[in-house]
Amino acid sequence: MAKLKVDGNEIEVPDHFTLLQACEEAGAEIPRFCFHERLSIAGNCRMCLVEVKGGPPKPAASCAMGVRDLRPGPEGQLPEVFTNTPMVKKAREGVMEFLLINHPLDCPICDQGGECDLQDQAMAYGVDSSRYKENKRAVEDKYIGPLVKTIMTRCIHCTRCVRFTTEVAGISELGLVGRGEDAEITTFLEQAMTSELQGNVIDLCPVGALTSRPYAFQARPWELTKTETIDVMDAVGSAIRVDTRGREVLRIMPRINEAVNEEWISDKTRFIWDGLRTQRLDRPYLRRDGKLQPATWQEAFAAIKDKVSGTAPEKIGAVAGDLAAVEEMWALKKLMAEIGSSSLDCRQDGAMLNPADGRGSYLFNTGIAGIEDADALLIIGANPRFEAAVLNTRIRKRWRIGGFPIGVIGENANLRYDYTYLGAGTDTLSDVAKASEGFFDALKKAERPMIIVGSGAISGENGAAVLSAAAALAREIGALADGWNGFNVLHTAASRVGGLDIGFVPGEGGKSFAEMASGGVDVLFNLGADEVEIAPGPFVVYIGSHGDRGAHRADVILPGAAYTEKDGTFVNLEGRAQVGSRASFPPGDAREDWAIIRALSAVLGKTLSFDSLAGLQRDLYQSHPGMRSDRVEPAAHDDVLKLADRGGSLGAGSLGSKLGDFYLTNPIARASKVMAECSRLARGEHLEAAE
Amino acid sequence: MLQDKDRIFTNIYGLRDKSLKAALKRGHFDGTADIIGKGRDWIINEMKASGLRGRGGAGFPTGLKWSFMPKEVGERPHYLVINADESEPGTCKDREIMRNDPFTLIEGCIIAGFSMLAHTCYIYVRGEYVREREALQLAIDECYEQGYLGKDNKCGWDYDIIVHHGAGAYICGEETALLESLEGKKGQPRLKPPFPANVGLYGCPTTVNNVESIAVAPTILRRGGSWFAGIGRQNNTGTKLFCVSGHVERPCTVEEAMGISFRELIEKHCGGITGGWDNLLAVIPGGSSVPLVPGADIIDAPMDFDGLKEIKTSLGTAAVIVMDKSTDIVKAIARISYFYKHESCGQCTPCREGTGWMWRVMERMATGHAQKREIDMLLDVTKQVEGHTICALGDAAAWPIQGLVRHFRAEIERRIDEYSHNAHEVRPVLEAAE
Repeated sequence: MAKLKVDGNEIEVPDHFTLLQACEEAGAEIPRFCFHERLSIAGNCRMCLVEVKGGPPKPAASCAMGVRDLRPGPEGQLPEVFTNTPMVKKAREGVMEFLLINHPLDCPICDQGGECDLQDQAMAYGVDSSRYKENKRAVEDKYIGPLVKTIMTRCIHCTRCVRFTTEVAGISELGLVGRGEDAEITTFLEQAMTSELQGNVIDLCPVGALTSRPYAFQARPWELTKTETIDVMDAVGSAIRVDTRGREVLRIMPRINEAVNEEWISDKTRFIWDGLRTQRLDRPYLRRDGKLQPATWQEAFAAIKDKVSGTAPEKIGAVAGDLAAVEEMWALKKLMAEIGSSSLDCRQDGAMLNPADGRGSYLFNTGIAGIEDADALLIIGANPRFEAAVLNTRIRKRWRIGGFPIGVIGENANLRYDYTYLGAGTDTLSDVAKASEGFFDALKKAERPMIIVGSGAISGENGAAVLSAAAALAREIGALADGWNGFNVLHTAASRVGGLDIGFVPGEGGKSFAEMASGGVDVLFNLGADEVEIAPGPFVVYIGSHGDRGAHRADVILPGAAYTEKDGTFVNLEGRAQVGSRASFPPGDAREDWAIIRALSAVLGKTLSFDSLAGLQRDLYQSHPGMRSDRVEPAAHDDVLKLADRGGSLGAGSLGSKLGDFYLTNPIARASKVMAECSRLARGEHLEAAE
Repeated sequence: MLQDKDRIFTNIYGLRDKSLKAALKRGHFDGTADIIGKGRDWIINEMKASGLRGRGGAGFPTGLKWSFMPKEVGERPHYLVINADESEPGTCKDREIMRNDPFTLIEGCIIAGFSMLAHTCYIYVRGEYVREREALQLAIDECYEQGYLGKDNKCGWDYDIIVHHGAGAYICGEETALLESLEGKKGQPRLKPPFPANVGLYGCPTTVNNVESIAVAPTILRRGGSWFAGIGRQNNTGTKLFCVSGHVERPCTVEEAMGISFRELIEKHCGGITGGWDNLLAVIPGGSSVPLVPGADIIDAPMDFDGLKEIKTSLGTAAVIVMDKSTDIVKAIARISYFYKHESCGQCTPCREGTGWMWRVMERMATGHAQKREIDMLLDVTKQVEGHTICALGDAAAWPIQGLVRHFRAEIERRIDEYSHNAHEVRPVLEAAE
C-alpha cells in the first residue's frame, strides 16, 4: 500500500495503482480519452494531466504515472498530487482546445451525440469559443467492413481501437499510419476488419469516429429504452443491454460483468438485432393439404389435440433447441410428464452429456474468470475463438501474461494465440505424450492445468469415450486438485446447461433426440430446434420465433418469442443461472413460449399447475434452488472421476469443432442481413454491383 | 582559445589518413585495455570528475547517466545505444566524427559498454547519413579484423557493435523513440518512467548516449578527468564541437573550449559575420529548437550551458545559426515551425494539433496577414504545448516561437501594420465562373 495526498486528502492505495486510479479513489474526477482499464496505457491524449508536488514544473499524465513513482517530500512528507490547481485547469483547457480545433462541429448529425466522451468533457473542461481561425483538417473515411462505420475526421487519435485489436482481439487490423497532423487510423490497405470482436471498437471509441454501421442514423441514445439482459448467441451468457424504441430493438451493447464477459461481446451478439425483425412467425400456421397456412390459435391447438389424443404417450416426444430458456423447457418437461412420455431431449447436437453423471461432467468447471488462474491449457476438439469468442479473449488475456503453454487437439485453426498443435484426431487424445513430449511435460508440471473439451468432440458415436478420455487425462495431469477443477466442457448453445440442469433428457424408457427424429415418435414437440433434420413421419409441433428449418418441417407452428421478447433464465456454461429480461414484445399473435405451453396444456386437458411466470419460477426453484441466484456452485470432483473411469472405445476420427459458420449458427442469425454479409466476407466472397 | 594539444578530435576534417593504422598512430586505442583494467568504478568516477555533460542537447552529466545502470547483470543483458540520429537543423558534428574520426567513437563505445556491463552496442545512424554509415561500418569492420572488437579482443572486453540505419525521422533522435525504432516499431516516444536504464531496448537496461559524449570519453580517461575539467568553466567543462552555420564568412565545425565567447568563436574560426558585427541580427545558439537571441545579447556571452541559460536560451547541440540583417526573421522561424509540424510523430495531442496551428499562424505572421492580438494567442498556444507532451518535441516546437515573440515582437507588429496599410491596393477580384 502507498500513502499519498490528493488535493490535501490523505489516502492509501495499493502500490500498483496509477495516479489516475488513486485520484478517482480519493473522489477527484480525472478526465481521460486514451486511458481504458482493460487496455495498455498509451498516455497520448494528455487530458488526465495533474500536478505533482516536488516534481518538474509541469503537469504529469496521471494515467501513466504509478503511485510508486512518487517521491516523498524533503522531510518525508507524503507525496502530494493536485487535480484542481490553476496549472491543471489550464493544462486541461489547453488539451481540450487542441482536441477540438480539428474536430468537426457535426454533433447534430453524429451518432455518438449524447454519449460522446468528447462532448461531455468539452462541457466540463472546454471553453465556450474557438480561437482557431485556420482551416480544419479533413480526413477521408475508410471502409473497414459492414459493421463499423468510420467518420475519420472526428478521430482524436486516442488509439484505443488499435490497442483493442492488437491486445484483446489478437489481430493487428487497425493501426495509426502517417505522423503528426496527418496521422490516421486505418486498416492499412483499407480492407474490411475480420475480427469477430470488432464491434467493441465502437464502444471504445470516445468520439464518433467509429460508429455502428447498421445502427447509423437510427436513433438518439436518449430515445431508447434500455433493458439489461443476457445474450444467447453462445453459451457464455454475456451481459448485454438491449436498446429499444417502441417494439423495435435498435441495438445491443455489452454490460460489464467481470465474471463473464468483462465488457466485450462478439459481433454476433451485437449485430444480431436486424434478425429479430425478419422471418418472424407472427401467427400460428397449420399444414393443410401439404401446405402451411395461417390459422388461429384455436385451430392450431385443436389440430394438436386431435393428434395427441390419438397417439400413445410413448410415441410422443419433445426436443428443445439452442435458444430456449429454462422456464419454457421446464413447462414442456412438465407437460410431457403429464402426457406420460419420457422422451425428451435438449441435446439436438447429440452431445453425450447426461445430468445423471453429475453437474461436474458437463460444466465449464474452472469458470471463465478462473482461466486467469490457470497455468496450462489443453483444448480438445474445440475452436473457442468462434464457439465462445468472449471466453477466448480470457484465454488470450492469460496467454499474454506468459507462462501459459497451450496445446490443441483438433482443428489447426488461428485462435489468436500461439499453441502447440498436437494432432487432429482421437489417436492423439489417447497418447498426448507421443504427440509432444514437451507440451505434455509442461501440462503435467503445471499446478493448475485446464482441459477444454468442445461440444463438437463429444457428440457422435465416440462422444462418450472422448469425454471419458478427457476426464481421465484431467485426472492424470492433476487438474482435479484441492480447490481447482480443470475439467471443462465448452458448450455452444445457450440453453444446453439449463436443459441438462433441469433434466430435459430422456427418462426411463425414453427416446433420445436422434431416435425421435428418425421416426421413433409420432408427435414431436419442437421447441426451437432448427439445426437438425427431422425425418418425414412424425407430426411436428414447432414452437419458435423464426421461419427457419424447424418451421419448414412443422405441421403446426406456434409462434413464440425471441430472447429479447421474454423473461427467461439462461444457465451459462459455467452453470451460472442468469435471468434475462423482456425488452420488447413478440410480433403479431406470437406469445411467450411458456405461456403457449401452458395454454396448450389446458387444451390437452393436462393443465399445468402454474398460470403465471412467477408461479412457474416458484415451481422451478422448488426443485432447482440453484436457478434462483447467479452464483456458481462448484461441482464435485467425483463427477469427473466417475467419468474418467468409464472408458470406452475412442475409435478413429478427427475431433473438429462442429460449429459451422460462426455468423449463421441460429435462426435469428440466419434471418439477419448483417450476419449474412459478415458470413459472406468471412468466406471471402465479394459482391459486385451489376453492370 | 583551445590549444592544439588539447584537441580530442585530431582528424575531424578528414585531412589525414582515416585508416585504423593511422588512428593508432594518432593515439587512439592507446592503453584501452589498461583503462578497462582499472575497473568500472574508476571509469565512472573519472567521468564524473571530468564534468562532461551530454552533448546531445539536454546536457545531462554523462558519468551520472552511466552510473544509473544496474550494478550487476541480472537475467536481462545490458545494452549501450549510440544516438547518431543527428537531425536537429544546424547540427553537423556527429557526422564529422563518424566519417572522419570514427575510432574515437568505437573506442568510446567499448569503454562505455564496459562501464555499464554491456557486451552489445547499437549505433542508430540517421537515415540520410549514407556515407557516414559506410565510413563508420568500414571502421568497425577494420576493428573486427584487427582484433579490437569481437570476442577476446585486444581491449579485454568482449564487444560487438551493430550499426543500424534509420529511415529518416527527426523524432527517432528522441531516446525512447529511437529504441522503439530500433526494435522495429514505429518511432514514437515511450512514456517515462520507466526510464531506459531500467526498461530500455527489448525491455533490458539500456543507456542511450550521443555520439560526441561517447567519442570524447577515451581521451578523457587517458588524460584524466581533471584535465577535461580544467578546460572551460565550472559546471561547463571541456571541449565541444561547435557547428557554426549561416551568415558568417566561413561556416565550420570546430572543436573549442566550452565557455568561449561568441565573438571569439566567430572571429577566430569563421572569419566574422558577413557585413561585419553591426550587421548581426540574431543567433540561434543550439540548433533549431532553442530560442533565438538578438545579436547584441550574445556577442560577449560565454558559449556554454549556464552562460546561454542566463540569456534565456540554451547551448543545445552547439549548432550556432547566425543570421544577419538580410534575414527575414519571422519567415525563418515560420520555417522552423513547419519543420516541427512535419516531424511531429502524432502520438500525443498538444504536439500533433499544436504544431500545425502554430505553423499556420506563423506563416500568416510572416506576411503580416494577422491581427496583433494573435501574437499573444500564439504565445499562449506555445505555452499550452510546452511541457504537456510525452517527449520534448513539443517544447522544441514552442521555444523558437517564444524566442521570436520575446525579442522581435516589434517586427511582427510592424508587418501587420504594413499589411493593413497596403490592404487597399488594387488586387484582382476572383469571380465565380458563369
